[in-house]
Amino acid sequence: MNAPVQHPPHDDAGASHGTAKSYLIGFALALILTVIPFGLVMAHVLPAASIIPVVVGLGLVQIVVHLVFFLHMNTSSGQLWNNAAFVFTLVIVGILVLGSLWIMYHLNMNMMPGMMPSD
Amino acid sequence: MNIHTAPLNGTLVGHGDVHDETHAEAGKTPLGFWIYLMSDCILFASIFAGFAVVRGNLAGGPNGRELFELNYVAIETALLLISSLTYGLAMISVGQNQLKAVYGWLALTFLLGLGFIGMEINEFTKLIAEGAGPGRSAFLSGFFTLVGTHGLHVTAGLIWMGVMFAHLARRGLTEINQTRLLLLSLFWHFLDIIWIGVFSIVYLMGAA
Repeated sequence: MNAPVQHPPHDDAGASHGTAKSYLIGFALALILTVIPFGLVMAHVLPAASIIPVVVGLGLVQIVVHLVFFLHMNTSSGQLWNNAAFVFTLVIVGILVLGSLWIMYHLNMNMMPGMMPSD
Repeated sequence: MNIHTAPLNGTLVGHGDVHDETHAEAGKTPLGFWIYLMSDCILFASIFAGFAVVRGNLAGGPNGRELFELNYVAIETALLLISSLTYGLAMISVGQNQLKAVYGWLALTFLLGLGFIGMEINEFTKLIAEGAGPGRSAFLSGFFTLVGTHGLHVTAGLIWMGVMFAHLARRGLTEINQTRLLLLSLFWHFLDIIWIGVFSIVYLMGAA
């Protein structure tokens, strides 16, 4: 067992903690980016075909806001490997999601004519 | 000088907190945890892809527009978003070495997370009672898998937070506890990011 040793806190024990201001800015942005798509869908002002790209787009922007303001991602050299792992994950996620949708869409087209899900 | 003994209480932190040299190593622990989060991201991407493929396959059952109450989902979303903020404020208190403030913000985060899980369990119970359980259609199987997996992660985060209260009560804001709190903050904020995908793709696109 490791001996319990009291240490004074270090600022550099991990990633930076951010400031109250940066968390509040991130929270405000996230709130706005959440309220807009909820409002659009709940008001039923637009047809689904035009709301969906807006919902997806705002969701992607909100993910970036969370990554920057809450997870403190940045381009500093100290985060090089975090960012490398992140970019690699983005590639895998892209292949996985877009590939699945692409393949399954064509399977539906080829094997079940007239039974396409009506999205 | 590696004191890589059995990790304390089975947590992820493998570095000793006995030697000064190990201090540089503390910087690697968040990277290791980050890589776990990235693998979790791929897990969720698979489930999202599965859901996206089957979301139109209703088998004559109810669709998202009939099932989802967006007011309810908006409150769940608000709880999780506010809990991200309160966890951030807890981390600021950690940086300022104010243990009491850390307890306060962490307790608030815990309650918000608990509220979220409570609402989700309530939603699931209602859906199953209405006959819209995971066995009803491919769409609902995908829905319960995706939202349920996220819910399980949040539950794991709550358990971890409970464990952190015990750690803090025993040892206070030691370096190793600070690292644990940092990793839990990454986990918690990550789950909020996954929830953005859930409310956008499952609920909003389902109800649009």
